[in-house]
Amino acid sequence: MVNLRINNRELAVAEGSTILEAARTNNIKIPTLCHYPDLGIQSDCRICVVEIEGQKGLATSCSTIVRDGMVVKTNSPRVLNARKTITELILANHDANCTACPKNLSCELQSLANKLGIDENRFQSVLTLSPLDEGNPALIRNPNRCIKCGRCVDVCKNIQGVGVLELMGRSHHLKIVPAFDHCLSDLFCTYCGQCAAVCPVGAITEKDDTDIVWRALNHHDKHVIVQVAPAIRVSLAEEANMNPGTVCTGKIVTALKLLGFDQVFDTDFTADLTIIEEGNELIHRLTSGGVLPMMTSCCPGWINFAEQHYPEILPHISSCKSPQQMFGALAKTYYAEKMGLEPANVFVVSIMPCTAKKYEAGRKEMRANEDLPDVDVVLTTRELGKMLRQMGIDFANLAETPFDDPFGITTGAAAIFGASGGVMEAALRTVYEVVNGEPLTNLDFTDVRGLDGVKETVVKLAEKPYRFAVANNLKNARLMAEAVKAGTSPYAFIEVMCCPGGCIGGGGQPYGTITKTRLDRIKATYQVDAAMPIRKSHENPAIAKLYQEYLDRPLGEQSHNLLHTHYHARRGKPNN
Amino acid sequence: MSLESILSKFTKAETNLLEILLQYQETKTDHAITEAEVGQIAAYLGVTETKVASVISFYTLLSMKPKGRYVIQVCKNIPCFVNEQTAITRTLEKILGIHAGETTANNLFTLEYTSCLGCCDNAPAMRIDGKIYANLTPDKVKAIISEYRGRSS
Amino acid sequence: MIEMRLVSKRCGIINPLSIDDYQKADGYETFRKALARDKIKLIEEIEKSALRGRGGAGFPVHLKIMGLAKETGPVKYVICNADEGEPGNFKDRYLMENDPHAIIEGMLITAYMASATKGFIYIRGEYNHAYNTLEWAIAEARRLKLLGDAILDTEFSFDIELRSGGGSYVCGEEFALIESIEGKPGRTRVKPPFPTQKGLYGLPTLINNVETFATIPLIIKMGGKAYARIGTKSSTGTKLISLSGNVNEKGVFEIPFGVTIRQVIEELGHGVANGRKLKMVQLGGACGPIIPEYMLDMMIDFERFEEFESKTGAGAIIVIDDRFDIFDILMNVVGFFEHESCGKCTPCREGHQQLRIILQKFIDKTAGVKDLVSLESLARVMHQTSLCGLGQTSPTAIISTLRYFRDDYIDRMDSLIL
Ligand SMILES: Cc1cc2nc3c(=O)[nH]c(=O)nc-3n(C[C@H](O)[C@H](O)[C@H](O)COP(=O)(O)O)c2cc1C
Ligand code: SF4
Ligand code: SF4
Ligand code: SF4
Ligand code: FES
Repeated sequence: MVNLRINNRELAVAEGSTILEAARTNNIKIPTLCHYPDLGIQSDCRICVVEIEGQKGLATSCSTIVRDGMVVKTNSPRVLNARKTITELILANHDANCTACPKNLSCELQSLANKLGIDENRFQSVLTLSPLDEGNPALIRNPNRCIKCGRCVDVCKNIQGVGVLELMGRSHHLKIVPAFDHCLSDLFCTYCGQCAAVCPVGAITEKDDTDIVWRALNHHDKHVIVQVAPAIRVSLAEEANMNPGTVCTGKIVTALKLLGFDQVFDTDFTADLTIIEEGNELIHRLTSGGVLPMMTSCCPGWINFAEQHYPEILPHISSCKSPQQMFGALAKTYYAEKMGLEPANVFVVSIMPCTAKKYEAGRKEMRANEDLPDVDVVLTTRELGKMLRQMGIDFANLAETPFDDPFGITTGAAAIFGASGGVMEAALRTVYEVVNGEPLTNLDFTDVRGLDGVKETVVKLAEKPYRFAVANNLKNARLMAEAVKAGTSPYAFIEVMCCPGGCIGGGGQPYGTITKTRLDRIKATYQVDAAMPIRKSHENPAIAKLYQEYLDRPLGEQSHNLLHTHYHARRGKPNN
Repeated sequence: MSLESILSKFTKAETNLLEILLQYQETKTDHAITEAEVGQIAAYLGVTETKVASVISFYTLLSMKPKGRYVIQVCKNIPCFVNEQTAITRTLEKILGIHAGETTANNLFTLEYTSCLGCCDNAPAMRIDGKIYANLTPDKVKAIISEYRGRSS
Repeated sequence: MIEMRLVSKRCGIINPLSIDDYQKADGYETFRKALARDKIKLIEEIEKSALRGRGGAGFPVHLKIMGLAKETGPVKYVICNADEGEPGNFKDRYLMENDPHAIIEGMLITAYMASATKGFIYIRGEYNHAYNTLEWAIAEARRLKLLGDAILDTEFSFDIELRSGGGSYVCGEEFALIESIEGKPGRTRVKPPFPTQKGLYGLPTLINNVETFATIPLIIKMGGKAYARIGTKSSTGTKLISLSGNVNEKGVFEIPFGVTIRQVIEELGHGVANGRKLKMVQLGGACGPIIPEYMLDMMIDFERFEEFESKTGAGAIIVIDDRFDIFDILMNVVGFFEHESCGKCTPCREGHQQLRIILQKFIDKTAGVKDLVSLESLARVMHQTSLCGLGQTSPTAIISTLRYFRDDYIDRMDSLIL
């Protein structure tokens, strides 16, 4: 322990803590701007400065390690003046049209200026407007709002290992942009949205599609249905200021009905379907000398990454569409037929934790009917939160409603898709029982749970031990892909999720996601699983009925047409 | 020298990036590196184009904007500034017909400012493609420029 | 005569391209003898000499060498900072072009003392001639087995690689320089850890200035105590001064610490050129203070310079005559830093353009009291909160003129504007 004094309080804190950590654990507030708990320390914004006795300049609390006997002042007039001056400098070069910004009221700069009591700016505006980067379906970059905190660069380069964004130029000409000032779509962006998730201001945000949904909801000829991804039920509550890890499945259904959706369905259903198709594909590959290891295909960020960076390994990726797209395909075929609706009049909205899903929904391959996307609009968790606020819905106090049929019965296996390792665990529950012909004694594959970047387990199938791996975030995905490319991967099956922690940490999830939030959402996810009456996809009676009524058999012709897809090498940029 | 042959002198280590860029740009008469070349260098080193572009964007001696055959860099820091540097710049602007930051229509000269050249004892100074010219007067500048003009014809 | 040529004694005398000339002038002899001496004893000589870094900050040299010596691990680096981008400084160029082997010898002795294995000389990209001179000198030293594996058939191995900068002043800052050698944009890192702990490629690294290295053989040769008798108590030895601006005789001069600025200008520079009057002097370079005529009797001494809290100690003296007013100079200085800021931290990235905007109001005579207050406050915040030395020292010119030339500001204010 280290003893120090902050604002005349004697404190003992763990060795190696920063002044900021020491202050925060003792409920002393120091404002920050560039600092983000899960990212490397940038120490660029200089907002968190404090005065240390005996030191001439001011020190940034986010980067200064405590020393014994240190005497710190966090709120001296000199400190407050410095913070105010720095904030004014930022604001003088910022498009501070707050009411026209998607981050209004969730912007860290706005709240900082408010806390510091800034009402006028001594400095003249030096903003020169640059064009927006909106040439892709997922994200919008607005450089006029960028405060050059470097978070997005760090996340893209060091967490995701992609490196689309960098600091270009210097001095006040510094910009945070892709190479050659190109658009994200011109480079090798995966649309994972992790940059948008950490941006403190409205400089990178998801493309807001709520208007399209409002229009559809008000369009009387349209039968507007919505599917809700597994990870939403453990995160949407945060949009209503409830605690992370609050399970709110039933409230979501109620809320969506209040918004005016005709039917509210659960993506968990097609997650179960994915397990049946993907499980069978794996068994087929294992038994017929197919391409191994097989890799999962549910995550569109991962698919974008693989197509651009590792075209060689595409044959390893399962041909199964993601649960979102399986749902879309069924909605505009099976469901439309069943309800006697024109596919063109069925409007499918997805609520996803993900910005890359917006891109996925627009892919040409994702069309059961020509010229008709299977999924019309994808909204992120945050966008749904916005719609709830627009409608004045008191989410916390809503009653609970079950999902609608015919996709109403789902399993615990599907519920865990949202957490890294969930798809693997769900697949193993099914594959084990199908191949070995005996029930599992323990359904919990705890080896593959949690936040570790790469997790492994060994499972015996037909007496033979196979190795299975789970990777989350693209840096770890790259490790897997490299080994597969080199032919040295020891695994039979690899689950890859592009976002840290899986979809519960997706780029479209509520702002402020940090490790603690991820852990809370993961815990809630496994609680949902444990509470389900059925916990294995192959025991879902509604799935069995779907095959009976419509699909015939796993990997059959109808499945092939509706539920499977293929991938292409795209303008991949080498990037090792 | 071709880009390939310069690349082949270096190991595929990211840390060679700046050296590669400096050496390669040296060989280019327009003193600039193209997008395609950035791609080639990135591929060789196994880094992103963004990374290569960011290094170029940081250093004033590197450029992606083509320049004239001869790049004239005039120092304008205090020791030169107080020794009639502005008269030198004015002379250059007049005889070249361009402002600092611009290139002549025949692509022969680019005029730019540079930070201190370390020739303050012989101020004012300028540098043309690495060669230093010091103790400048407007007349000397005229003579130097006509020499360069002669060289290219 | 106030000059005292010790470090620069061979400059202009020997042929810099001839290693034989250097050796005939006792060159590399100190290094040869040092190889037989105890490393700690050698560092103690540096300690006794009280040598302080010549790159500007004036940090005690033995502490850094000791710091590096204490680090274990097979690879340790010694870097010679030859980026000399500070306007008005050209003494490192002078040394490199006139006596390159002295720098190599200084690096060799330092590397030996600290058991370092590899050296770099980072030369600014604009210094083509110095680069070529050093390149040749290094090749010559290698030829005579003074660099490379098993130097002079001892167990000591050390080699030096030359690296060229890309046109960026901030790359003279230690961590920016390290980043640049690593092939990246020269943006500094958060300290601690310091370079001696975690420097180039994350390994222990010592960085010193050209002149610092060139002084080391001299100290080892004459003994730390004898060296410490030169100069003043707080600043021992001699210093190279780059004298420029409006003086009759510009150039590099070596003087013992303790000489006054006036002596340098009058005795070495032969006074202000063209019989004009002196208006101000900028010390150290663009990052240094601007002082009026009545302060010229100030001694050249780290302790005196420290009150300016800038890198004044690099030894530039820029004389400016009365044709210029402070705003001409300030706009130029601010423009320089505005161009050179790496853009990483807010105060420096955004601050310079705002300083410029406010200064312009004084030039236009539209400034009011509020502008004076904002200018002063902004300059101080930049000084106190910037991440690296660039933003911390760039406002020195403004802060010092607000102190010594306040009337010049008042004269330029519009009395009707608040
Ligand atoms: C912006 C900036 C530029 C600098 N430029 C130089 C330089 O060109 N040469 C130099 O020796 N030191 C320069 N320094 C100082 C170095 O950071 C460092 O203190 C010095 O190289 C240490 O060597 P010394 O102890 O021998 O002086 C600079 C510092 C800053 C903040
Ligand atoms: S979406 Fe993902 S890949 Fe694209 S820039 Fe953002 S972090 Fe990088
Ligand atoms: S885009 Fe956002 S996260 Fe990236 S540097 Fe700008 S403000 Fe920071
Ligand atoms: S002070 Fe200036 S040069 Fe230094 S890190 Fe900050 S922006 Fe970069
Ligand atoms: S939060 Fe500490 S410098 Fe930005």
